[in-house]
Amino acid sequence: MADIVSTVVDNYNYWIYITLMMIGLYAIIAKNNLVKKIVGMNIFQTAIILFYVSIGVKRGATIPILEHAHGSHGYGVVHAAEYVNPLPHVLMLTAIVVGVATLGVALALAIKVYNEYNTLEEDEILAQIREE
Amino acid sequence: MVWPIDLAILTLVVMVAIGSLMVKDLLGAAILFGAYSFMMCLLWTVMGAVDVAFTEASVGAGVSTVFFVGAVFRTSRRTRD
Repeated sequence: MADIVSTVVDNYNYWIYITLMMIGLYAIIAKNNLVKKIVGMNIFQTAIILFYVSIGVKRGATIPILEHAHGSHGYGVVHAAEYVNPLPHVLMLTAIVVGVATLGVALALAIKVYNEYNTLEEDEILAQIREE
Repeated sequence: MVWPIDLAILTLVVMVAIGSLMVKDLLGAAILFGAYSFMMCLLWTVMGAVDVAFTEASVGAGVSTVFFVGAVFRTSRRTRD
């Protein structure tokens, strides 16, 4: 029992990531407004970024910039355990930029839909499509 | 990683995410989403991902919020959910 509790408490980052992911998925599926769906899509995306950044965290490590790198005495020995893993950070940097591009396209499409049907609510749009 | 700050910010992140989906005004949702992005930026800083943090601060909290406000300005603030 204590084993399970410590597993849950130690990995709280991952539990919050699952929670955020489910909030985003709920918004994409169940919300009726198009802008709310786009907000949900972005929350889903940041949840995945949170997962990847959580992988790189180490206990007692500092940010991934070499200490004492400037100076005449050289680098010395670099211990990888003293720095957090920068590989997931670099991957997620790309994901953030791609996410903003996706957001721009999604909002542009939402504006186009609004100009066509004069509403952002999904059920009203579907009702207008059925009338035609 | 300082775990009390991490836990506090994670709680705030979930609260702001739910708030931005529950509020009955699209401009309010846009601003709360900006707050969400800023909380995420603080979270990256706490976790040692400083490069991700300043990209999120400029691109996530800055440009995304401007996009949302612009889209709401071109359409309507009305929403039923």
